Formats: sequence, C-alpha cells, structure tokens
Amino acid sequence: MTRTLTHLRALEAESIHILREVAAEFARPVMLYSIGKDSSVMVRLAQKAFYPGKIPFPLLHVDTSYKFGEMIEFRDRFTREIGATLIVHQNKQALADGASPFRLGTQNCCALLKTRALLDALAEGGFDAAFGGARREEEKSRAKERIYSFRDALGQWDPKNQRPELWNLFNSRTNKGESIRVFPLSNWTELDVWHYIHLENIPVVPLYFAKLREMVVRGEAVLPVEHGLRLLPGEKTQLVMCRMRSLGCTYCTGAVRSEADTVPKIIAELVSFRRSERENRVIDHDQEGSMELKKREGYF
Amino acid sequence: MPPAEAVAADIETFLDLDRDKELLRFTTAGSVDDGKSTLIGRLLHDSRGVYEDQLASIRNSPLNRSTGPLDFSLLTDGLKAEREQGITIDVAYRYFATPKRKFIIADTPGHEQYTRNMATGASTADLAIVLVDARLGVLPQSRRHAFIAALLGIPRIVVAVNKMDLVDFRQDVFERIREEFSRHLERLGIPGACFIPLSALEGDNVIAPSARTPWYRGASLLEYLETVPLAPASNGRPARFPVQYVIRPDLNFRGYAGQVVSGSLRPGDPVMVLPSGRTSRVKSIVTWDGELAEAFAPMPATICLEDELDVSRGDMLVRPSHLPHVSRHFEAQVVWMSEQPLKVGRPYLLKHTTQQLSATVTAVRHRVDVNTLSEEPASRLELNEIGCLALETARPIFFDAYKSHRATGCFILIDPIGNSTVAAGMILEPRRAPGADNAAQQALLDLDFQSSRLTPAERFARAGHYPATIWLTARQELAYLLERRLFQRGCQVHVIAEEVESRILPEVSALLGAAGLIAIVSTSRPNSAECERARGLAASGRFFHFDPQLLDASDDKAAVQVCAALEDGGVLPRTRFEVGEGI
Repeated sequence: MTRTLTHLRALEAESIHILREVAAEFARPVMLYSIGKDSSVMVRLAQKAFYPGKIPFPLLHVDTSYKFGEMIEFRDRFTREIGATLIVHQNKQALADGASPFRLGTQNCCALLKTRALLDALAEGGFDAAFGGARREEEKSRAKERIYSFRDALGQWDPKNQRPELWNLFNSRTNKGESIRVFPLSNWTELDVWHYIHLENIPVVPLYFAKLREMVVRGEAVLPVEHGLRLLPGEKTQLVMCRMRSLGCTYCTGAVRSEADTVPKIIAELVSFRRSERENRVIDHDQEGSMELKKREGYF
Repeated sequence: MPPAEAVAADIETFLDLDRDKELLRFTTAGSVDDGKSTLIGRLLHDSRGVYEDQLASIRNSPLNRSTGPLDFSLLTDGLKAEREQGITIDVAYRYFATPKRKFIIADTPGHEQYTRNMATGASTADLAIVLVDARLGVLPQSRRHAFIAALLGIPRIVVAVNKMDLVDFRQDVFERIREEFSRHLERLGIPGACFIPLSALEGDNVIAPSARTPWYRGASLLEYLETVPLAPASNGRPARFPVQYVIRPDLNFRGYAGQVVSGSLRPGDPVMVLPSGRTSRVKSIVTWDGELAEAFAPMPATICLEDELDVSRGDMLVRPSHLPHVSRHFEAQVVWMSEQPLKVGRPYLLKHTTQQLSATVTAVRHRVDVNTLSEEPASRLELNEIGCLALETARPIFFDAYKSHRATGCFILIDPIGNSTVAAGMILEPRRAPGADNAAQQALLDLDFQSSRLTPAERFARAGHYPATIWLTARQELAYLLERRLFQRGCQVHVIAEEVESRILPEVSALLGAAGLIAIVSTSRPNSAECERARGLAASGRFFHFDPQLLDASDDKAAVQVCAALEDGGVLPRTRFEVGEGI
C-alpha cells in the first residue's frame, strides 16, 4: 500500500529533517529569531524535531532598537513560555554613535544595525551554523539560495560558488572561520506558512492582525509613527484599519489597509489580494537587484 | 462571484481543500533557446502564481526581450550576472498551486557545462519536463536531458514540443519528433513518456487545450501535471530508518530521531540495528502530535525500542527479514561536479544516509558519453562527466541499489581539503558471479569453506568473473593494456609473455585458469600447434583466439573489442549502462 503526505506534512517532514541534520553535524548552531511569522513556524518545527527534548540550540534576535514595541513584548513572552534560550544582540557602538534610519538612510542603517550586528553576534557566540526563516519564494534572488548556504570567513555569500545540493544529503563541512546559513523553510510559500500557523494554532505577533492603528498615510504607503517618524509638512497621523504583512523595523515596514483580524481572514486576503509580501518593505526597492547586493555583503 | 469574495465567503472550505493537496516536484530541462523560462513564466503567470507588483517591475525592465507585451522569462532568471548574460545558469526553485495540486519547480539550465545543476534539480524531482524546439527537432541536448533524468531515476518524463506556433502547428512535425525521441527514451528504459505540442509564448496547450492543434487529443501540460499519479511512494518497500539524532532529555527517555526513508514501522515490529546486528522491537513512535500507530515514508519520527541497545547517529534500523546490502565495496554511477578531476586512489569523504566516512575510488570502470550513451575506457572523470566507479569505504555501509531505494542508494562525495561537493553517486546492484542467481550466491557464501576443497564456483564468487585464456599474436603492447583494463575492472588477470618456453604455454595458461585467473598469452609466433593445444585444455567457451586481421590496429580500440568479446562470451558481467527499470 502506498500513501502520500499532504503538501504541508511533506514540507514539515523536509524541515524537520534539516533541523535535525544541523543539530547533529554542527558544534554550535543557533536559530535566528526575527519574531515574525516565519520565525514562529521555524520554532514550532524545532520543537517538533526534538520532542520530547528541548530545542538544543539558542534563539538569537538581532535587535536594531527600531522594532515595534509589540514585537519585543511578544518575543520575551513567547520564548519564556516555550523554555527556549534567547540571545538578544544589538550593535551598541553604532547606536551610541547615533545610527538611525533618519540619519543614515535605510541602506547604511541596515548595514550597521542588521548586517554588522548579525555578523558580530555570530562571531561572538562562535556559531558555526545559523538557521534563518528565509523562503525561496519571497524574492527573485532567493529562488537560487541553497538550503545550506555557504558563507566565507567574512560572512559573505558568493552566488557563483555555492555547493550543489542533491537529495537530502547536505554537505556540512566548513573550514575554520567559515559558517553556514541554513534555511529550513526554503520550500514554503507565504500561503503555506499561514496555513500551517492556522492548522497548528501557532502564536504570532498581534501586529499581523488588523485593528485601528495611529498611522501616517504618505501616498500609497501607510507608515507607523513609532520611534519618532518625522512628519512632512502638512502631514497628520490618523486612525487607519490596517495590519502588517511582514515585520521589520518600524521605519522600513509599511502597513496594508486590511480588515483581516483572524488567520483565516488573512489567508482569504492573501489568496485574493495578490501582492508579494516584501512589497511593503522599503529595502528591496532601494535599487535594482538590491536584495542580492545585501546578501553578498552578509545580510540574511 | 469574483474569486476574492468566493474565498472570503467560504474560507474554511478553501482551507480544507488546500490542506489536502498533494505536492508534485518537477524539474525542467531545455537548451538555451528552447523557451524553458518562457514556459515556466507562463505556468506561473497563468496559474496566478505571479504577484501583481512583481509583474509591474518586469514591465519596467529595460531587458524585456520578448516581442509580446510581457517577457515571461524575466520572472525566472534571478541573479544579476545571469540577467546580463541572458542565460539561466543555476537551479532556481519556483512555487505555484492550482486548486488541485501544489507544485515545486526546479528550473535547471540546459547549457552543456551545467550537467551538475541538472542532476541537482533532478535528484528531488517526481517528474521531468524536457523541452524540444519544434523547429530544430531532437538535439543532442534533449537526449542529454533525458539521459540525466533517467540516471537520477525520475519516475516520469514529459516531452514538451515547444514553439509549435513557428511550425504552423503541423502534426507531422510533432509526430516526427515523438517517434524519434520515443526511441531514445525506450533505450533509456523510459517507455510511454507523455508528448505535448505547445507554444509557451502564445500559451497553446499550456493551461488549456488549444484550438490550433485539433489533431492533438491529449491533456494540456497543466492538466497533465495536475492529474498524473504521483510516483509510487517508497513506503511500499522494506523499512529503512537511518538514525539522525538521539533524543535523551532525561534518564527515562531514549528515542532515535530520523526519517522513515522507505517502508513503514509500527509498534511491535521487529527491527535490526545496523551495523551491530542486534535486534529488538519498536516500543513506540513518539511525535509532538502524539504517539503514532504507524510511521511511513517520508515521515519524521522518534523511535523507542523495547531493549536498551547502543544506537547512535549513522546507524540504521531495518526490518530483519529484508536486509540491505552491507559492504565496504560497491559500484556506482556518478556525476562528477568539480573542476578538479576525479583521481583514483585519492581519499574522499562519502556521505550516505546519515553516515559520513572516508572512501576511496578504487577504479574507473568506464565513462559514459552522454550524447551517444556509449561507454569509453577512462582513468579519471572531469567536471560534468558521468561514469561508473568502484569504491571502497573505511567502514561498511548499509545500502540498496539506487534504482530500488533512492534514499539508501544515493551518496555524495566531498573533497576533504576544499570541502566542496565533488560528486553525486547512485549505487548499482552489487555484481554477482555470472550465472549465479541470488539464492545460489547466498548458498555459496553460506558454505563452510574450511571443511572442503575450493570449488570453481567459490572462485567465481570471489573473483566476480570466470577464468579464461586470451591468445594474442604479435601484440605485446595490447596484452599489457588489456591486463591493465581488466585489472581496473576488478579482474584477476596475468600476462604470460617471454618468460615461458612456448611449448609449455598451453599448460601454464590452463594452470592460471584453474586458479580462477584470466590468462593473456602474448606470443610472437603465428598460429601454432600450441594454440590449438591450449584451446583443448581450456574449459569450453573460455578460450579466445583473435585473428590479427580482425583486431583493430589501435591497442585502445582493440582492448575494447576484446572486452566486448569476453562480455559476449559470458566471462565478464556486462557493465553496460544500467538505467533500465526506473524506480
């Protein structure tokens, strides 16, 4: 008798296999925890992979200090509840020097507070493998990303020099100083992630759900006012029924007008309202091929 | 009612349907200008997998190459360097869904130097789409793509005959291609492939049947992808459970985490642990979602055993009634993926299931010309070459032939210094002594060797070939070349040349034959009485005397002729390329 798994169970099986391989073959793995929906799914898969044991590696949050207050609150509560070890890292020097998106522009701000901070945190912890929640479907340059993505000693990604990945046999060999980023959700789509959250009843940050929020409407964009967004002449905040489709720093994350206040409603919106999810993230649009440039430099 | 409202109105129904969808993974292969990227773009676009804003950014692109309003290929060519060259040079993964199924596409390039990417995409695919340009017919690349799909054991192949709009949708063009390509696919052991005439650019037969091909009554490409039965799952086969990770949260719990890669396991099932050979029973199958009554491939699970055994990562739980092969020696077909050529005798790391260990390539049996499928003698393999190797591992591995168990028959080789992945391997069913079937082979191995004299059958079992005498006149260089070739194939072989008086050549060669060897007699004297006497002493059918006129003047080619004669005569097992049966 032959049976098949549904697509979500097949994806789950693949992800659990990857999580276990990395835990078995690397000395010091870490999971990058960004507090978003993909991270929530990744954490649940890790809980499943090592059940009834605990997740055998820490979660690492790179905190730019420009995240939403609700995200930080959720992070602390969620990790405490599941008994995970949480490491929070900030680029304290850059913040002390006054790094902010308003002063530096989004590109330089990201380079210092995200990319640099991440590389420093990995080096400080001596981590040789870092899980990330990136999915190939998210953005064109990610479509070719390996599941085990090899980084040189400077944390840089060379798209011409990636190892071929066959079957589910992953090459985990690294030289000293080199590391591997691992993407267990590579083959998941945004719809898969939300459907899995629904099916498994996984907690996510309330910012994903629609409610009346105080926002600035600038052209098509709906921007949050947290962390001192500067109003343009004549601009006023207003209450907008909206939600976040993806979570980043407040300055770089616009909201979408929406009434979806439950997971099924979000899925309904997703199916009918087809705009790709990173579209409201400013960084991808800085310049043509910008995500690829960031990745080459070491951005996750 | 527009789809948006329909979804909102009944999202629970939508979720129920979506939840139960199956996943089909397929790979696409085509030459640079076959329109492969256009076809994928069309599938993604017309199945509404392309989001509006991504479309907007393509409309603005200065590189829009198509004559139509949209260049679908820009949807799939991801990296900057590739966009500049206008060629897809890596494996890109794409996702789309229809109301019936979910799909993952491994989009791989068709360019000759990128065989390794094609193999990579094919390794996880259930189905391959091979593109053929209707104007150009079956090109060497198309044959190569089909060959790699067969090599990697993809169960199903669809041949998309593209650009039918440029040949006025003529049936005879399509039929000619179908006839020619079918023959090739049958040679590869893939009968009954599906052929679809289409135009990716104009959308004919991609999503819906086209009115412009009234003579074609088959399904459109998408209809086919939505309805083709998924490959027979590996869960109907004997159980294999490679242990990935030992879970031991406290002294009361010890579970072995892994994935059922074939077959199924239930509580109470007897299992053997390899390599220790200890047996026990499955006590429970533990998961976050509760204990399971059964775990089948490809489910992840944590297995608890009734007995306290020493089990660790790299071990494998199997059903004692259906054991895999256990050996340090095996043969495999490999795709070489490194700029650095394969070197015989150099140590590599071999990763197989959850084991990683040192391995040496002991011989290159042959190289395969992927355009003609012919085998050529070789002493090494270069980037993107495919060949058959003999390997030896530091410890025994537990394996099945790739064509029956994909997961326990595949491996990769890693360069222990540079750490790159240098080869993908597919293990062949172990060779048997010719004529000895499975049971006979087992019976031979079960004999108590010490209590009786050695029999010829035992020698055959050990050597893997029959003894023979090869009589060559005035071709001493050929004799030594042949000795080398046969040695590399794992034969026991010896050249008898000047060291023996010619009158006793027949007896000496017969003696070597009795010891199970292949004797190559190299003499300078033409047809002689000795030759006839040697023929009489050799076992019937095991004496090979080659007419100098009929042997090729080149030693290289002559050696191939002799080996072929030995294969035809049943002395050597055939090492012809085995892509038969499929999985």
